[in-house]
Amino acid sequence: MKPARLSARDVLRVGAVGLRTRPTRVFLSALGIAIGIATMIAVIGISSSSREQLLRQLDRLGTNLLTVGPGQTMFGEEAKLPVKALEMVERIGPVQTAAATGVVDASVRRTDRIPEAVTGGITVQAASAELLKTLEGEVRHGTWLNAATERQPAVVLGSEAAKRLGITRTGVRVWMGDRWFSVIGILGPMTLAPEIERSALVGFPAAERFLDFDGHATTIYERSTDASVEAVRAILPQTVNPENPEEVEVSRPSDGLAAKAAAAGAFTNLLLGLGAVALLVGGVGVANTMVISVLERRKEIGLRRSLGATRGQIRVQFLAESLLLSALGGVVGALLGTLATGGYALSRDWPPIVPPWAIGGAIGATLLIGTIAGIYPAMRAARMSPTMALATT
Amino acid sequence: MIIELREVTKVYNGQVQALRGVDLEVEPGELLAIVGPSGSGKSTMLHMIGTLDRPTSGTVRIAGHDVAKLTDRQLSALRARHLGFVFQQFHLSPGVTALDNVADGMLYSGAPLRERRRRARKALERVGLGHRLDHKPNQMSGGEQQRVAVARAVVGDPPLLLADEPTGNLDTASGAEVLKVLKDLNDAGTTIAIITHDNDIAEWCPRQVRMRDGRLT
Repeated sequence: MKPARLSARDVLRVGAVGLRTRPTRVFLSALGIAIGIATMIAVIGISSSSREQLLRQLDRLGTNLLTVGPGQTMFGEEAKLPVKALEMVERIGPVQTAAATGVVDASVRRTDRIPEAVTGGITVQAASAELLKTLEGEVRHGTWLNAATERQPAVVLGSEAAKRLGITRTGVRVWMGDRWFSVIGILGPMTLAPEIERSALVGFPAAERFLDFDGHATTIYERSTDASVEAVRAILPQTVNPENPEEVEVSRPSDGLAAKAAAAGAFTNLLLGLGAVALLVGGVGVANTMVISVLERRKEIGLRRSLGATRGQIRVQFLAESLLLSALGGVVGALLGTLATGGYALSRDWPPIVPPWAIGGAIGATLLIGTIAGIYPAMRAARMSPTMALATT
Repeated sequence: MIIELREVTKVYNGQVQALRGVDLEVEPGELLAIVGPSGSGKSTMLHMIGTLDRPTSGTVRIAGHDVAKLTDRQLSALRARHLGFVFQQFHLSPGVTALDNVADGMLYSGAPLRERRRRARKALERVGLGHRLDHKPNQMSGGEQQRVAVARAVVGDPPLLLADEPTGNLDTASGAEVLKVLKDLNDAGTTIAIITHDNDIAEWCPRQVRMRDGRLT
């Protein structure tokens, strides 16, 4: 005589019986799992969205920009780039565009009444005409320097410099060195060259004439074709300064962004751990609910045994109930986590991304927790004597 | 012989002697009452006949199967196919319709849901509740609930029906309804054993087995 098997559908049906009749308890114990899963999905989703945002930005800005600056001499003094440095860089074959800036020893102020020491962290720099093109920047207000204005007391402000000076339009004057300069343009953001955002830019001839600038560039920006970036990088030092190539420093600003993108996931480990703890507590809640459920339903268990349920079928019923309970929490949690990711990403203008492996992991985690939480109560239910249903008390 | 008990004893915790050597034979088609005061061992008798528990010594045969020789799984299958139970407290699932409560009586028989429901409808009609299919337990009177429980016990057409104080929680009129249903089932061929302490119900049965202190008298 062999007992009949329960179909998968019947297992689900009997597993759902206990949930249907106790909705409040189901809601509360699934909530723990939901919070844990939602936390983890949101943490992973938000950091993925942020990384994606950085990668897209990197894509847009390109990785072919190199900067050249002076290093130190053998004696530890500040080196200088030769005056001809920009010209030499422009002669390198694969270089498409190059520009130079040179720090000028002057400060920029709204009026001459403000003491010279108050610089507001703004650097005055001489800039060559190609700078805007090389950095692929844009002018937010006014114009960029041209052949005429680079010889005149005219200044273009970086976005941050303009903000610190409280200037929102062109046509006003600022005090630089010992005379007035008129503001002819304000730049937009420069993600790859944030130092330009904090600069007041004048033409090289104007800097030499009005601000005692010595004509030595302090930074050279250049863009070449993507394929030749490494080759150009290798020959830049001796091209810029053939006599002392070791006094030249070359860097790639996009490396910083790439590093930031790679690090975007690192800080989330702590939050992930927090989510895991919430999930664990949720699992304990499910186990607790299941133990109570088994104790309360002794008579139902006895009845089912009298109807012909085997121990295995009772075990499967409570395991299914535990799995359904935690799966319910998992689905709700995944939904909440996805919504949170979407909301946060959209509010920061990021592309909202929840990696499929995170959803898969969440489902796996809930099933695992449901099983572990259900094993002990299910064994306990299966061990109960079938005479329970007949006990009158 | 559908029930056959030979020198059955049952000792709980090594000291409480619930049954002290019981012999009982029941033919198919009988309607008998096992009657006795509380503590007489009649509940233990029900456990033995219902294969819900095993004897300490002696032999229990139900529908020809020696209970001692069957595993727990096989006993479950035996209960699923040969036995129906009716309890004093009905034990219906709250919030579930009469139809599905009765259909659950065949849950462990291997029949698909559609078949279980079809037979549940027939069983409910048989106990006179064809008009109550979609009612839930709390929408029915005690007598109706017990008739639903009877329908659940017989939905799979078991040859043997065990009823433990089936009218214990009912008023006289409802109790009479339930007894009439049991009589009809017996007339149709089901063997029925009613466990009760109520002498009136015992007298109503064609055969009475009286118990006292774990022995038949």
